[in-house]
Amino acid sequence: MADAMQDTAVRTSRTVRILIYLILLLFGLFYLLPLYVMLINSVKPLNEITGGGMMNLPQALTFAPWAKAWSSAQIGVDPTGLSPYFWNSIKVVVPAVVISTILGAINGYVLTKWRFKYDKILFGLMLFACFIPFQIVLIPMARMLGLMGIAGTTSGLALVHIVYGIGFTTLYFRNYYAVFPTELVRAAQIDGAGFFQIFWRILLPSSGPIAVVSIIWQFTNIWNDFLFGASFADATSQPMTVALNNLVQSSHGVKEYNVHFAGAIIAALPTLLVYVVAGRYFVRGLMAGSVKG
Amino acid sequence: MGFLDIDNTTKSYGALEVLHKVDISIEEGEFLVLVGPSGCGKSTLLNMIAGLEEITSGEIRIRGSLMNGVHPSRRNIAMVFQSYALYPNMTVAKNISFGLEMHGVPKAERDKAMADVSSLLQIEQLLGRKPGALSGGQRQRVAMGRALVRNPDVFLFDEPLSNLDAKLRVDMRTEIKKLHQKLGTTIVYVTHDQIEALTLSTRIAVMNGGYVQQLGTPQEIYDNPANLFVATFMGSPAMNVLPATISVQHGKPVACVALPDGTVVPLRLSQENLSAWEGKQILLGIRPETITDEDGADRNSKNVVNFTNRIIVTEPAGSDTFVTMSLGGKDVIARMRSDANVQPGNDFQFAVNMEKAVAFDPATEERIAS
Ligand SMILES: Nc1ncnc2c1ncn2[C@@H]1O[C@H](COP(=O)(O)OP(=O)(O)O)[C@@H](O)[C@H]1O
Ligand SMILES: [Mg+2]
Repeated sequence: MADAMQDTAVRTSRTVRILIYLILLLFGLFYLLPLYVMLINSVKPLNEITGGGMMNLPQALTFAPWAKAWSSAQIGVDPTGLSPYFWNSIKVVVPAVVISTILGAINGYVLTKWRFKYDKILFGLMLFACFIPFQIVLIPMARMLGLMGIAGTTSGLALVHIVYGIGFTTLYFRNYYAVFPTELVRAAQIDGAGFFQIFWRILLPSSGPIAVVSIIWQFTNIWNDFLFGASFADATSQPMTVALNNLVQSSHGVKEYNVHFAGAIIAALPTLLVYVVAGRYFVRGLMAGSVKG
Repeated sequence: MGFLDIDNTTKSYGALEVLHKVDISIEEGEFLVLVGPSGCGKSTLLNMIAGLEEITSGEIRIRGSLMNGVHPSRRNIAMVFQSYALYPNMTVAKNISFGLEMHGVPKAERDKAMADVSSLLQIEQLLGRKPGALSGGQRQRVAMGRALVRNPDVFLFDEPLSNLDAKLRVDMRTEIKKLHQKLGTTIVYVTHDQIEALTLSTRIAVMNGGYVQQLGTPQEIYDNPANLFVATFMGSPAMNVLPATISVQHGKPVACVALPDGTVVPLRLSQENLSAWEGKQILLGIRPETITDEDGADRNSKNVVNFTNRIIVTEPAGSDTFVTMSLGGKDVIARMRSDANVQPGNDFQFAVNMEKAVAFDPATEERIAS
């Protein structure tokens, strides 16, 4: 394989290759620059920032901005820090990711292995859900949540994300299961397995790659969502992104940039973590074809 | 009523009828092969027996009980798929016992049944492996094990050997035949390979275009094909089919065929009623192995006709040599012993056993019944 690739690769001279790597390195550094700025300024006393020298390494290393951002910074009216909102986000993201992924998997399973009349049209409509702009649904959704009595709660927000995510998760799982050998399902039917047994014992164990894709996609989207959080949550159920905005907006007097930087990093950390842990499965899952029978 | 009855069964997808009034009945212990070209409806019929496809009209009965609408798992059938359909996430042992587990068989019994089957198929050493770590032949065995362990009334095979290489295919064919003889199970087996059909079956249903063209024992199918399709589909190399004109000489029907040089060879026919076709054209079917050299001609035959013709091509194939000549404007293949003295370009004295020749109506392509 490696040999074959070398044979077919375009041959480049050494200098050209060094040049390419240098340019790539430059781009890499450029992309990492914001993270660098955020990191070093989050561990500096405020005066080092306001005195200029954003790019300098800290002279007096301090983790106080982190502690403050997490537990005592002024968010809106209360000095609670970001921590309660972090848990709000968790309470929204975890059930929303899990439930939308499971529903997507079941939908994909039904749409490919239990074909019924108009299933293609139904799938088309679900796909359509992926393209509905957020703004359009804001007001009807708020009304629905109110009618259901879960307006301004984390459960309400989770529900919104579940509904919005099903289109994507269904698309992922449907395409994955479309190339999953139908003969396996037939064999299991003859073996006497029922609808959920086939799903649970035959399909799901082979769905790792696409489940990872669905989870990463849903996690990052829901965690990073601002609009739904700002629209449907009240002061006690706001997610992290909204709280971060409030933190940055609400500081009276001096802007505590170091605390803001620390808060921003805390808000971004979970998605970063998910990418680091599962990112390589993401690409693999997107490329995955069928399961060898 | 037989053990498995397929009674006037049709299958339609929407307005498109893909199986037309299929009527087959087999007894317990029979090995029925459904054979035909790709797309003729073999798998569809098999899946209808299995319950994986709905029956549009007609009835299918196993042991006298109606199967229409019965769930696949309650028909007491087992199926071996072309792709083997082994569950990729389960070990071989789990694959084999999964069906028993789903049917609520207690663990001790499952283990016993699995031990029996795996020793029968000699796959004990594979039980801990996943299907991905097996060779094609091993997967094939495991798939059969999964079917056997259920001890079903009817085994269904859908092209089980077509994913194996040539050598292994022949070995597994023998193995399946042995298994059938040993266990006496009832089998319905789908293949597009006519040799598999002839070697394995007790009865063959030759299918084409959604119709069963002929149902019969391998011997009947081979010697007495019902129509031109069956005649040419079964047998390798295929039966030679050439136009011939019937004349009557000394009160006997004779098929007159032209040699390349224009001379006409009279081939005396054994089928007396062909006299009625005097002056008309028929399609004459001659199997390659019934054309030999004079020494190789069947001594028991009462009707061997000799004629001389030029050899166009010779193809030595180890045990036999295939010789091509031109007869009635068609390439005709003769199957010679490998030591026959044949040279391309030479004239050669052929002997054809006309007792085995068959005649077809060129208009309908049906056999002209004797
Ligand atoms: N789901 C389906 N919808 C429409 N036509 C089908 C469907 N499944 C099979 N067919 C048609 O039925 C015919 C028989 O198919 P099949 O039984 O798979 O053939 P075989 O197994 O003999 O190759 C084919 O012409 C095929 O196109
Ligand atoms: Mg088929």
